[in-house]
Amino acid sequence: MSKPVDHKKEVLGDGSGGFAILFFLLGLVASLIVGWVVYPKLLYSQKNQPVDFNHALHIDLVDEGCESCHFFREDGTYSGVPKLAQCIGCHEEVQGETKDEAIFVEQYVKQGREVPWLIYAKQPDCVFFSHVAHVKAGGMDCVTCHGHIGESASLKVYEENRITGYSRDIWGKNISGLKTNTWDRMKMDDCSECHEEKGVNATSVQTGKGACFVCHK
Amino acid sequence: MKVSRRTFLSIGSFIVGGAAGTALSPLPWKLTDDLSIWTQNWPWTPMPERGEVSYVNSVCTLCPGGCGISVRKVNDRAVKIEGMKGHPVNDGGICILGLSGLQLLYGPTRIKTPLKRVGEKGQGKFKKISWDEALKEVAEKLGTLRSEGKSHTVACVSGSACGTVPQLLKRLLTVYGSPNFMSVPTMQDAYAVTLKLMHGVDACPGFDVENADFILSFGSGIIEGWGSTVRMFKANSAWQDKKIKVVQIESRMSNTAAKAAKWIPARPGSEGVLALGIAYMMLRDGLYKKEVCDSAAGFEDFRKTVSENYAPENIAAATGIEKETIESLAKEFAGAASPLAICGRGQGHTPGSQYEFMAVHALNALAGNINKAGGVFTVPDPKYIAWAEPELDETAQKGMSSPRIDGAGSETYPHAKSLLNRLPPAILSAQGECPVQALLISEANPCYTLSDTQTVKKAFAKIPFVVSFSSYMDETAQYADIILPNHAYLERLEDAPAYAAGLSKPVIGLSKPVVTPQFDTKHTGDAVIALAKALGDKVAAAFPWESYAACLEETLGDKWKSLNEKCFAVVEESIEAPLQFFKQECKPVFAEGDEKQYPFVLMPYDSIRLANGFIGNTPFLTKTVPDTVLRKNDIFVEINPKSAGGDSLSLREGSAVMLTTPKGSAKVRVHLSEEIMPGVIAIPRGLGHTAYDKYLAGKGINCNELIGPAEDSGSGFDAVWGIRAKLSSVSI
Repeated sequence: MSKPVDHKKEVLGDGSGGFAILFFLLGLVASLIVGWVVYPKLLYSQKNQPVDFNHALHIDLVDEGCESCHFFREDGTYSGVPKLAQCIGCHEEVQGETKDEAIFVEQYVKQGREVPWLIYAKQPDCVFFSHVAHVKAGGMDCVTCHGHIGESASLKVYEENRITGYSRDIWGKNISGLKTNTWDRMKMDDCSECHEEKGVNATSVQTGKGACFVCHK
Repeated sequence: MKVSRRTFLSIGSFIVGGAAGTALSPLPWKLTDDLSIWTQNWPWTPMPERGEVSYVNSVCTLCPGGCGISVRKVNDRAVKIEGMKGHPVNDGGICILGLSGLQLLYGPTRIKTPLKRVGEKGQGKFKKISWDEALKEVAEKLGTLRSEGKSHTVACVSGSACGTVPQLLKRLLTVYGSPNFMSVPTMQDAYAVTLKLMHGVDACPGFDVENADFILSFGSGIIEGWGSTVRMFKANSAWQDKKIKVVQIESRMSNTAAKAAKWIPARPGSEGVLALGIAYMMLRDGLYKKEVCDSAAGFEDFRKTVSENYAPENIAAATGIEKETIESLAKEFAGAASPLAICGRGQGHTPGSQYEFMAVHALNALAGNINKAGGVFTVPDPKYIAWAEPELDETAQKGMSSPRIDGAGSETYPHAKSLLNRLPPAILSAQGECPVQALLISEANPCYTLSDTQTVKKAFAKIPFVVSFSSYMDETAQYADIILPNHAYLERLEDAPAYAAGLSKPVIGLSKPVVTPQFDTKHTGDAVIALAKALGDKVAAAFPWESYAACLEETLGDKWKSLNEKCFAVVEESIEAPLQFFKQECKPVFAEGDEKQYPFVLMPYDSIRLANGFIGNTPFLTKTVPDTVLRKNDIFVEINPKSAGGDSLSLREGSAVMLTTPKGSAKVRVHLSEEIMPGVIAIPRGLGHTAYDKYLAGKGINCNELIGPAEDSGSGFDAVWGIRAKLSSVSI
């Protein structure tokens, strides 16, 4: 009559339950580490800008703030990252003694080569974003989306997403996607968050219609 | 291996734990997002370039219509071609070929460097050579021929005779010592001969379509690409809006016929007869402008000829159109305030018979609408090319005094300036040495566009030295010994006289470079100047310009500045055109072949979706061709169901048949259509290329392979409009 009791002992008393919990926790912890720590490390490659540009130094020398170099063209389109032509006025000869200045003048200005700047805010190709609509018509400032890059003395490391090829700044530094500042992320949700808050219901300039095709062209 | 319960549980727990942990980490969500963006960045997905947008105004030179274009650029890449707003020809509109022109600029069919033939002629095997080598080789060959006293055996075929580049080529030939400059004839040439004979003027035709109030079209493809495409589309729409009647006389229901108020399917080839039948009615009933015609030279002879030979009974039999229809047509035409009769089949890229052109022009003359609002205008040459007469040395004088190889300007063909269609037979019929020792070809593809291409190719293979200036590897370039590739259109600065715009005043266009040349090409103008300089002495002296650009600027003189700004100039010039009725006896052109052996008549037709001249179809244009015309590589010919059932054929839609003409045969498929006269087979023009690239070659049949030339008795031009044909069954 002891056999059934033995069976019960085998089920409960051989430590299987403990092992199950232990391995569950091991799996849980390992995958959490992979997801939160290893994956972001593997996902992004680190790249330095070809020339370390000092925004803080330049902003003091110009009259119109960011728009002195990142200007709007006559037709309203946005020029984005400056071309060599804009720099040549002052930088035809080496100014100052920094290493980056020497690189800039010798390798780019003198050879007439455009600097292949890595653009932190570059969106996928078919995202249509109009700077003029936001800055001129909407009265927004640059900091809201781009943060305080204009005050930085040095360009931060460009972290390139190995899968998409875009900067880490689009998803945001925080891998969880949470943000504290408006400029921490540049995903579609971040656009709509502001649009909802401000009650902006934009329509396409070309078609006069709203919805997806305003931005996705 | 036996898996114990414990191991199983452990692994299971680990997986479950891992899954839970993964779900609580950002990995799956971030990875999904990244992968979706990754799919948008596959390298074969076309992406617009980012950068500064600009527009360059220019003139489209894909046809001589002379439309102004505005090309949108991002950085140095042209991304879109639009019509130029405010341009007198097209005012913002653009045709489907012009719209897809970027594919001719960036497509794979471009010739990228000078080439020298290494294979057999026509095989298309070449090796790359440098510009220095290429120009030296051509100059040496020309120099040798000249020193041997054979300068007159050098000929040149140019796509057009108008403009500075064709004129530079002609000048080169003149000072070199050859009268054999030829251009590719179109309906403009047939009209020019008509205006010369009926008004005694050297002029191009202008058609005031915007102000006409009744249009009688003898087979002109008003919305198939006749004249200047965009202008004609706009005019046609305006006519519909204003309820202006368009009558289309054509054996096949083209788009023009379908949109017309009335479609009159006349027997093919009888259009000229019909025009004179209408003239008969106008003369009989006194429905012509007496104050204009009665005093015109030759009018009484004309009236007599028409009254004797074009009575309605005869016309009805010849054209297949009832007498009453002809009568009412004559009344409507003569009763309109500004009636306009036009001709030139389809797109008008082939010259028609002089008989037909003069008959149609006589209708306009009878209606008194020459050089009147809504009528036909005699548009003078803008005469902006006024270079100093070149000094000819003894060799040149001797060469220039020898007869032209094509017979143009001789006693037999006094009216034509050149007769390209007579070149291949002249080469093939010559005994001994080939009468053309060297041939220069610019902006022309005679091995594709001339009738009976097999014979044309045979003739070209006999020419010892052929130089092509083509930007594209076309059928004729494949027969070249040396290719000196021109910059593509949109890469070069050149004047573009809009001789086919058909406005009442001459229009000069300036085609400006939109992008910098992509490849190691050279402007033909510069190549010609370089060749002249290499030949030296008086040949070089006739070309004092440093470059083609300098030559053009000097030539345009005081027009240069405004042309450079606006890209077009309307020359305020007109010409007196006294009316005279023709005395010369012209005959209609008939279809070649025996009626019994070949029961059908085969006619090529033009479509706005098929470019059929020197410029081949762009891939985009070919995509718009319906599958009742081209399906995969099979060409369809149109045939009326009534003609399809006879004999043992019993054709169904899509049946494969052998189409045979006296010139050759080809396997085609059948598209049954009520929109064509019984007994007529229509074949699209513009397919069947063997050269260019994989997007164009091997698609369908070139109609010119099946059709032989039909020399016009009046002008000497090839006035062929069709050929007799038969169908026979074929196994698929």
